[in-house]
Amino acid sequence: MLLVPCPVCGPKNAAELTYRGETHSRPDPNQATPEEWRSYLYLRDNPAGWLREGWFCSSGCRTFFTLERNTTTGELREPLLPGNKVAGRPISDGTEP
Amino acid sequence: MRQTSPVIKQRRAAKYSLGGLIRRGFSKESWPRVWREPEFGSHYDVVIIGGGVHGLATAYYLAANHGITNVAVLEKGYLGSGGSGRNTAIVRSNYLTPEGVAFYDRSLTLYNSMARDLNLNVMFSERGHLTLAHTDSALRTMHWRAEVNKLQGINSSVIDPAEVKRLTPSLDVSENVRYPILGALYHPPGGTIRHDAVVWGYARAADAYGVDLHQKTEVLDVLCTGGDGPEGKGPGGRVVGVRTSRGDISAPLVVNCTAGWASTIASMAGVRLPITTHPLQAAVTEPVKVFLPTVVVSGSLHVYVSQTDRGELVFGASVDPMATYQMGGTLEFTEELASHVLELMPGIGRMRLLRQWAGLCDMTPDYSPVMGPTPVEGFHVDVGWGTYGFKAGPVSGEQMAACVANGRVPELIAPFGLERFSRGDLVGEKGAAAVGH
Ligand SMILES: Cc1cc2nc3c(=O)[nH]c(=O)nc-3n(C[C@H](O)[C@H](O)[C@H](O)COP(=O)(O)OP(=O)(O)OC[C@H]3O[C@@H](n4cnc5c(N)ncnc54)[C@H](O)[C@@H]3O)c2cc1C
Ligand SMILES: [Zn+2]
Repeated sequence: MLLVPCPVCGPKNAAELTYRGETHSRPDPNQATPEEWRSYLYLRDNPAGWLREGWFCSSGCRTFFTLERNTTTGELREPLLPGNKVAGRPISDGTEP
Repeated sequence: MRQTSPVIKQRRAAKYSLGGLIRRGFSKESWPRVWREPEFGSHYDVVIIGGGVHGLATAYYLAANHGITNVAVLEKGYLGSGGSGRNTAIVRSNYLTPEGVAFYDRSLTLYNSMARDLNLNVMFSERGHLTLAHTDSALRTMHWRAEVNKLQGINSSVIDPAEVKRLTPSLDVSENVRYPILGALYHPPGGTIRHDAVVWGYARAADAYGVDLHQKTEVLDVLCTGGDGPEGKGPGGRVVGVRTSRGDISAPLVVNCTAGWASTIASMAGVRLPITTHPLQAAVTEPVKVFLPTVVVSGSLHVYVSQTDRGELVFGASVDPMATYQMGGTLEFTEELASHVLELMPGIGRMRLLRQWAGLCDMTPDYSPVMGPTPVEGFHVDVGWGTYGFKAGPVSGEQMAACVANGRVPELIAPFGLERFSRGDLVGEKGAAAVGH
């Protein structure tokens, strides 16, 4: 069982949350070419290793949040987004644990 | 490309026959090795990554249909250690799109003559396949599928609950349940095939043609030149070989047949795929007397079940929602499986699960595969097999071999090219492939 740390509810069984998958920044729909837009829609990195992904606390506090998870070991770490805070803690310095 | 010779003499492999079985039974003469453990070569005309049914079938048809035998299959574990040895062995061709139906039907044709072609009993059990409808909308999709199927000559029709009960008496077709059975899509040619035998059959036949099967050989990098990205990788470049845990191999043609690991190999060539990797779990019960004559699938209940010749019930479900390369089982799966399957067959409440396992599935947005060339010349893909790739093994091998050998995409797989995603021209099979198998 994977325990996912919701920033509000604390650790919860992954089965109680909705998985939103790999996150990428969305291109500007008014600027992007159809090809760029479709690669944003369909193409994925799908790494065997660290992955930045979205979660939704759908049966709890209904918070959307981002995590980094290692898809081969199951380890979790806080996302390295600038200015982001998970459960009030500052982000880590970006070094690989 | 150099073609070794148009007609290749097949190396003598021991022919499996009743006479041979009896003779060896009495004489205690041992069976010969099924395939060689070949020397590691430094150059091949074609390198195939992944020793599952897709990689092995591609190698076999390259040799058998095109006379190309200087071929290596590279497998990081043992042959069939991926999805090909973990699936629930269901085959059928009652898909939703005309492209899908034509493609999967060709595979069933090849499966039908496989035991003869490969001289190995693959235990094809053409027992009939039922996809249950529990809602009006599901029933509508079944009618849609049946009509598409019939137009293409596929034996497929919608039947009512009474007929469902007649075909499969253990199903609860009463109306006072949470998910009453309103009807089903019935596909008599669907059934099961021994998945390991298919892997071994292709491996043995490819080896007999001189294809080198390298097990415990992990591909660490795909070597490219001329591309836009770092180290000459990426669009505009071409492939020149692979780096493996046992050394480098040069090759002008590389085929990625790694299913759940497809993205990792593609990224080594600088190619991004529309794929995420999810585990699919399955489970099997203790064996009991045979009572379940058909394959039963319920999309609404996320479950499917068939009974093996030994009497075990084999269950599967839908993929786990979270992308991962880990293959652990979960308790949620077992709980959900048990409650849903009891809804369909209340009579099996006291049966015990024997074991549970998982395999990795390479899911695409439209539930159709990704096949053919990529923006890196010489680097081909045969991936995106999700939860339905076992049944497609033979046709994929046949068509990918033709694609690689002739340098042209065959008509049957043209709809499944990678470029469909940049064109926005998807082949939506979700209605026939999610939990469908
Ligand atoms: C539980 C389960 C049930 C299923 N049920 C069905 C079903 O009923 N019907 C159906 O049609 N389909 C089913 N499927 C799907 C089917 O099993 C797969 O789509 C199919 O086996 C894919 O075959 P493949 O040869 O492409 O890949 P695989 O058999 O997965 O082979 C890929 C191989 O690549 C190797 N590899 C990976 N990375 C490397 C590397 N770097 N170097 C060298 N080798 C590497 C792996 O070790 C693996 O052996 C099921 C899948 C699962 C998990
Ligand atoms: Zn929460």
